[in-house]
Amino acid sequence: MGRVRIIPVLLLNKGGLYKTVNFKNARYIGDPINSVKIFNEKEADELLLLDYTASVEKRGPDFAKIGEIAGEAFMPMAYGGGIRTLDDAKKVFDSGFEKVVLNSVLFEDLSLIEKIGAIYGAQAVVGCIDVKKSLLGGTKAYSFSGTKKSSFTPLQWAKKLEEAGVGEIIINSIDKDGTWSGYAVDVISEVSHSVKVPVIACGGAGSPDDLKQAVAAGASAVAAGSMFVYQKKGMGVLISFPSTLQIQK
Amino acid sequence: MLAIINYGLGNLTSIKNMCRRLGIDATITSDPETIRSASKLLLPGVGHFKKGMENLHSSGLKPLLDELVLVQKKPILGICLGAQLMTKHSEEGDVEGLGWVDAKTVRFDQSKDNLMKVPHMGWSEITTTNANPLWSNLPSDPRFYFVHTYHFQFDEPGEISATCNYSYDFVCAFQKGNIYGTQFHPEKSHKFGMKVLENFNQL
Repeated sequence: MGRVRIIPVLLLNKGGLYKTVNFKNARYIGDPINSVKIFNEKEADELLLLDYTASVEKRGPDFAKIGEIAGEAFMPMAYGGGIRTLDDAKKVFDSGFEKVVLNSVLFEDLSLIEKIGAIYGAQAVVGCIDVKKSLLGGTKAYSFSGTKKSSFTPLQWAKKLEEAGVGEIIINSIDKDGTWSGYAVDVISEVSHSVKVPVIACGGAGSPDDLKQAVAAGASAVAAGSMFVYQKKGMGVLISFPSTLQIQK
Repeated sequence: MLAIINYGLGNLTSIKNMCRRLGIDATITSDPETIRSASKLLLPGVGHFKKGMENLHSSGLKPLLDELVLVQKKPILGICLGAQLMTKHSEEGDVEGLGWVDAKTVRFDQSKDNLMKVPHMGWSEITTTNANPLWSNLPSDPRFYFVHTYHFQFDEPGEISATCNYSYDFVCAFQKGNIYGTQFHPEKSHKFGMKVLENFNQL
């Protein structure tokens, strides 16, 4: 079916870019505008910008900042973080983004998907499922940056999101985030074989082989943070996107 | 001046951003006089076909565009939904389009392939099928960003200017005289898209 999208994930917080490990220990990476310029020069397939503290801190998107970031990007851009209403989504689109990413708000109001989709199309609405395993509780979907556990398994929640009309689903593993140890391929495989919409694997990528494994497991696209913002595991910041990196499906 | 037509839907800012980078004088507008005075028109769009047509009707832009495009023959480029709106009808909302080209807009046929995921989202290579001015001096291995659930289906093969494959071959660009349309997003397709917008601006 062609070239698989490889998507750098940029975590935004108070105007700066950060990288987390297991959704914690955020480390400062650099200035978002400069980083986006690099991904633009390197012709990255797409960018995913997440203001990961917005919902936790009960604030909306920083529209001025994200608009400035999108102005430097001649590739598809998705934004998530603090979107609570149709009007929030509208402002994100007006800032130059193609897609809005929703998570926390959906546990209170699934109908927001349909409201946005009716105007901007289903392809513009991305549902993000943050996934975490616990010893007794099994694997569950989380919200508010991994601080709030739901009663749904990733598969149950993915089905709900699909039914509600999302255009694609991100499976983001909290356990794998920032670990360079490979994606949560079990969950990715389970979900991508049970929904008709594209699934984006996120969390844990450390090498091109990891990306390929997620695709083999059923992912339609692969997202990664550490791999594109660090030189290597445990080493310094180096924003990059290898132009030779390509996966066919 | 290139008028980026604002009918309440679409990736207007992205297009404006790319025009700014290319040094193209572009204005986002819904004002009839501004649109009338533009040398070229751009009909963007991301969203629902039915909503798009409703907005073109309720804003009064439809008769103006019909006149500028069909009578005055101003060059116009439709992007994604903007291009789909130029067809006669869409399955999305089961409504009539502008009907400028001999095509309709249909949903990807998932019955042809069980593994097919819709929307078609991502970068795909295109195959150009005629010497369309939009394709002149494209960088090699042209690829473009697509995100769509519906695609054009042409009754008049002469109007097809490029195809793409997603599980099956579909038409991804067309030209009928002064009317150009692309299913993909030039404004989100790096140097490939920049060339297409630059070519359109130089028509």
